[in-house]
Amino acid sequence: MLPLRFRRVTMSARVLVGVKRVIDYAVKIRVKPDRTGVVTDGVKHSMNPFCEIAVEEAVKLKEKKLVKEVVAVSCGPQQVQETIRTALAMGADRGIHVEVSGKDYETLGPLQVSKIFAALAKKEQADLIILGKQAIDDDCNQTGQMTAALLDWPQGTFASEVTLEADKLKVVREIDGGLETIKIKLPAVVTADLRLNTPRYATLPNIMKAKKKKIVNVKPADLGVDVSSRLEVLKVDEPPQRQSGVKVETVHDLVEKLKEAGRI
Amino acid sequence: FSAHCVFRKTKALLDHTNTLSLNLTELTDQQKEFQEVARKFAREEIVPAAPSYDKSGEYPFPLIKRAWELGLMNGHIPEDCGGMGLGIFDACLITEELAFGCTGVQTAIEANSLGQMPVIIAGNDAQKKKYLGRMTEEPLMCAYCVTEPGAGSDVAGIKTRAVKKGDEYVVNGQKMWITNGGKANWYFLLARTDPDPKCSASKAFTGFIVEADTPGVQPGRKELNMGQRCSDTRGITFEDVRIPKENVLIGEGAGFKIAMGAFDKTRPPVAAGATGLAQRALEEATKYALERKTFGKFIAEHQAVSFLLAEMAMKVELARMAYQRAAWEVDQGRRNTYYASIAKAYAGDIANQCATDAVQIFGGNGFNSEYPVEKLMRDAKIYQIYEGTAQIQRLIISREHLGKFKQ
Repeated sequence: MLPLRFRRVTMSARVLVGVKRVIDYAVKIRVKPDRTGVVTDGVKHSMNPFCEIAVEEAVKLKEKKLVKEVVAVSCGPQQVQETIRTALAMGADRGIHVEVSGKDYETLGPLQVSKIFAALAKKEQADLIILGKQAIDDDCNQTGQMTAALLDWPQGTFASEVTLEADKLKVVREIDGGLETIKIKLPAVVTADLRLNTPRYATLPNIMKAKKKKIVNVKPADLGVDVSSRLEVLKVDEPPQRQSGVKVETVHDLVEKLKEAGRI
Repeated sequence: FSAHCVFRKTKALLDHTNTLSLNLTELTDQQKEFQEVARKFAREEIVPAAPSYDKSGEYPFPLIKRAWELGLMNGHIPEDCGGMGLGIFDACLITEELAFGCTGVQTAIEANSLGQMPVIIAGNDAQKKKYLGRMTEEPLMCAYCVTEPGAGSDVAGIKTRAVKKGDEYVVNGQKMWITNGGKANWYFLLARTDPDPKCSASKAFTGFIVEADTPGVQPGRKELNMGQRCSDTRGITFEDVRIPKENVLIGEGAGFKIAMGAFDKTRPPVAAGATGLAQRALEEATKYALERKTFGKFIAEHQAVSFLLAEMAMKVELARMAYQRAAWEVDQGRRNTYYASIAKAYAGDIANQCATDAVQIFGGNGFNSEYPVEKLMRDAKIYQIYEGTAQIQRLIISREHLGKFKQ
């Protein structure tokens, strides 16, 4: 007989998954001529790859009947609904679109998003939040950690393996030194790393079924969140052009060149 | 007087042309999502596996099974048989993406659509539920069994005989070049039921559904072809094969019309496949032209090469518009024979031209099997032959065109 607390958590467990719409990983990024950002108009966008992994993990938990409902959340303008729909086609049950557009969207960052997620977690009575470890456009790697802090929930970041054990989550984390295994109590925040799973394709029948699933619109103000940013982007530049190298004939020449360049 | 006559004839032609405004709109969100899944699958899973299937000739069943799982196959099957009831336009979008990956794999998949189409357009409820239903329950293949060693373009010249004996038909004959011949779970078979040579084609033939494991059905050896080598093509011998009368489509004598009617729906996807191959040729050639240097410049900067690429691009864009028009027409419920033939004829021709030009742009490397374009040239040829040869398409187009003119 399972402990009452475990049964309560898993039988009605609700997972919130954050999905971010980013420029597709295969696109060649170009900086805008006014150097305020990168070109996004007419550029292919898709779901952040780490968010795909997060959705896959949540759907797998649902298929194992360890959680009851998967809710996909995205913050941004109208177009993020495409990203939510992809999550629905992968198996999420419903979506929440937090409307942020224009200037607010350009300055939207981890602090505001984590406040939004914390508010939604309370409103939706979520037991677990799964996010990608970072987005491939800003590489911030902050939202998961900030969300956990705001909620005062434990966090399992850079997860390469997640297992539900009684009322705790066993998380294997990828760290610099290797792998670290921790056990955290639910409710918790988990951020997905590359090797957590291989995201499934949305099959065509599931894409059609996803059209019937609901996406609800919410404004940050409704959640009591102020999305104004305290950061100002001064400029955006391309990385410096890679200079061509120099070939040398002998090891002696190599040592001389390195000395000249002040490297040794 | 003669000038007046010319004017009148021209006006008659103009009455029938350019009367439609194609509202070119973006694909719907669902179409874009479908295309995205097909594109991802083709580029990530078919492209890397295609060269080894081409070398070994092995049937790409793992890829076909994957495509089936993703819902990329059997799109035409109606919803009440477990399918998605997709229109021809949506099916073409998917087909072009898969063909980009490998037309051998795509042909194996497309042969299912061709085999199923007679049942979709002419089957009764029991036949549809039985033979289309099973295709959505597990990844099965089927085949369109019409061509014979002695009759390809001249379908009315087929000799396979079906003789009614009680509640069955007994079939004897020889079919050839049947795609999926050795892998099919069932066949659409066209056989002659009226032996009278004076009987017209529209009454002499009957369409049957034949279970592949029926005694007497003998697939021959897998044929070794120039291209699309992983596709399974065989001769099939029918020796005293007994088919229950329940498996007749519509009725005795209705076969020819069913067999031909299927083409209006399957020619646009075949054109889409050829376009996918041409698109692949264009992309591979473009990538190479931006990497390879000659006389101090990227070869793409030499006009001879950039003009080749421009002409390839022209052909690909036009072929795409042609198959989209043909698919759209039939989805609107109109007879699209004219457009379907134009699309298939044009796409087949340009696929060959683009593949050849791609090899040319690759130069010596293009001739070599380590580079992807020689396979495209070998794969492209069949598009001018199957599903109605380039010559038959021209017959159809001229007949349709002159028919409109005479009205």
